[in-house]
Amino acid sequence: MTTAQALALFPLRDIAATSLQELMQLCGQRLQAGERLLTLFGRPAPELGVNIIVVTAVLQPAQGALVILRATAQRGEHYRCLTAQHPAAQIFERELWEQTGLFPDDHPWLKPVRFEGERQQRMLEYPFFKVRGQEVHEVGVGPIHASVIEPGHFRFMCLGENVHHLEIQLGYQHRGVEGLLLRRPVWQLTPLVESICGDSAVAYAWGYGAALELMSNQPVAPAIQASRAIALEMERIAMHLATLGGMATDIAFLQGGATYGRLRTAIINASQRVCGNRFGRGWIRPGQAKPLSEALQQDLTRTLRAFAPDFTQINQLMLAARSVQARLHGTGTVSQQAALDLGLTGPVARASGVALDHRTQWPGAAYGHAPLPMVTEPDGDCWARMRLRMREVDASLAWLLQLLGDTTLNLSQAGQAQSSTPAALQAEALCVSLVEGTRGPVLQVLETSAKGELRHYKVQDPSTANWFGLAFAMRDNAISDFPICNKSFDLSYCGNDL
Amino acid sequence: MFKSIAVRKSQGTQYIPDLRAATPGGFRGKPVISDAACADGCQACVQVCPSRAVRLEPTQPDPVHIDLGRCVLCGDCEPVCPSRKLSFNNDVKLCATSREALTVSSAHPNLDPIKVSKALHKRFGRSLKLRSVSAGGCSGCEMEINALSNVNFDLGRYGIDIVASPRHADALVLSGPITRNMAQALQICWDAIPEPKLVIAVGACAISGGVFADSDALDRQFLDNFKPALYVPGCPAHPLTFISGIMDLLGIAP
Repeated sequence: MTTAQALALFPLRDIAATSLQELMQLCGQRLQAGERLLTLFGRPAPELGVNIIVVTAVLQPAQGALVILRATAQRGEHYRCLTAQHPAAQIFERELWEQTGLFPDDHPWLKPVRFEGERQQRMLEYPFFKVRGQEVHEVGVGPIHASVIEPGHFRFMCLGENVHHLEIQLGYQHRGVEGLLLRRPVWQLTPLVESICGDSAVAYAWGYGAALELMSNQPVAPAIQASRAIALEMERIAMHLATLGGMATDIAFLQGGATYGRLRTAIINASQRVCGNRFGRGWIRPGQAKPLSEALQQDLTRTLRAFAPDFTQINQLMLAARSVQARLHGTGTVSQQAALDLGLTGPVARASGVALDHRTQWPGAAYGHAPLPMVTEPDGDCWARMRLRMREVDASLAWLLQLLGDTTLNLSQAGQAQSSTPAALQAEALCVSLVEGTRGPVLQVLETSAKGELRHYKVQDPSTANWFGLAFAMRDNAISDFPICNKSFDLSYCGNDL
Repeated sequence: MFKSIAVRKSQGTQYIPDLRAATPGGFRGKPVISDAACADGCQACVQVCPSRAVRLEPTQPDPVHIDLGRCVLCGDCEPVCPSRKLSFNNDVKLCATSREALTVSSAHPNLDPIKVSKALHKRFGRSLKLRSVSAGGCSGCEMEINALSNVNFDLGRYGIDIVASPRHADALVLSGPITRNMAQALQICWDAIPEPKLVIAVGACAISGGVFADSDALDRQFLDNFKPALYVPGCPAHPLTFISGIMDLLGIAP
């Protein structure tokens, strides 16, 4: 483990490749012991043979460094699925099957994650899960929804008013990101990386830049790390505000909607004054981050100081409103055990009492300089997810003001310390990069060939693991609860669909 | 009740009175191409561009052409130019009514002003209802389209609103590069909008495919059949870019 978030480089020669069966067995044992499966994915390995698939699993123990497991398998090979014992593996086994054809026997719900490749435009043929019975009815909504939002299809299977099961179908945003990442020079990918999930542009750009810096052995100065962390916390505040505004609007608490919208404008306009873009695009490049001149530091400080009392005021109004309390308490509950079983992550997991935040677990240079408190809520309902976002904004705000007032950081020197000259990447290596974005850990895994060329670029948005949590939260709620459940989770479609 | 009044008081008056005159501080907007001579055989700007927005024509007096329909305003071409030919200003007025009109160069630094369409002014000048479809977007343009209705931009004051049903809409606001998985839903939505109707293409993705233009997961046939009435460049398109374009096209007085 090195600095700058959870970031680790593994020479491939240090990782023994086992058989697929062995890898899955080992994975199962580690999951049984309480480790978290961060990702499990495969890629065709033409360098090893025509029909060879290389499978990589990344696990996170409760303490200590990340664990990498690798296997080689034959295309079409079957294995005994992990999902039956460990539901958290369901999405990874589905993706592994969709992308490489490796078949998990006895998987309870083997459905394409995003209908990519040959399956494109064959979504209409997909046989949805069926619930049968005299009083059962189905309601399908989407892919296009009433508001301005990304596309996805939701099919509710209801018993009377109660949602018995919700099946979520995604993939409409699939535009082949992972393939495109291998087509351009590796040092020039930032604009594309910033477009994987446009509202988490900073988290993605940081994770990508940090991976290249580690793989080319060009560490960046603490001022650059600090500038990036400031960008990330600005992004977090803006996105949490978007969620809070959406939740307020969805329960017709219109004053909340209007006020959070206005407050978000102030934050994203401040980001624009630093980097030229309201979503933080351009703030980060490999080896670089935007410098924060004295004037910009004062500008941000002023903006945040003006923001804080107004934010507190609207929060108090919203928390005290009985209409809000009645609507959110006990709606869309996910217990701590369910959150752990399903492998939920980010704010969604923290709102169910799961203490998991990579900013506090692996603080790196920036968060090590000024630690952030871990925020959790015990109840796992829509109320908890709203409260958690309010508290996380407060924590980020206090942290930002502390950093911006710290003259030892030389924030005005950030952009100049390093060049981003294309240097050779370490050959035959695997780099795992994790950044705790607004929705949880943004995971990027880069693998190089013997020539040091980028051979595989795995992208994983935290939403991918969390979508099933939303389906689970809807059980025994009413369809009318869906908008607030959906908003309180605030998951990314494009991040999942890639 | 008193708390609510207090919140209202600190909210103050947030709307931007003159949307056409508003300039967003720090915005990296229109590319500015100077007259400085290019270095011999230099291709730096073309090579660094993530969306093939830069076209070089070395024999012409204005060799560098930037297509705003492709440009994602990332600014990566600025530092690599050895002649310091390229920069970006905070101009948000980037819209055009034809695909060809989106290119700028040193000889043609400004986009042609959008002419008021008399027909559109008559029909939609006081009321235009928009149905937004995200077809492979990254959520950036969608969030900026949402911002059109917030208390700052408040486009509803001119009768321009976002509506839920295509049956109630006059225009389809298209964002995203149009994935194969969304092509059919997009067509169904368009078919459900009653005539007369128009397409507004928002963001580099919708206009040209943007950074995803080379992907084989796209199906952009929709745009072969239905030409947008307005092109709104950006990545994502700034709300003021959309606003200035639509107000000019519909002939809305500020």
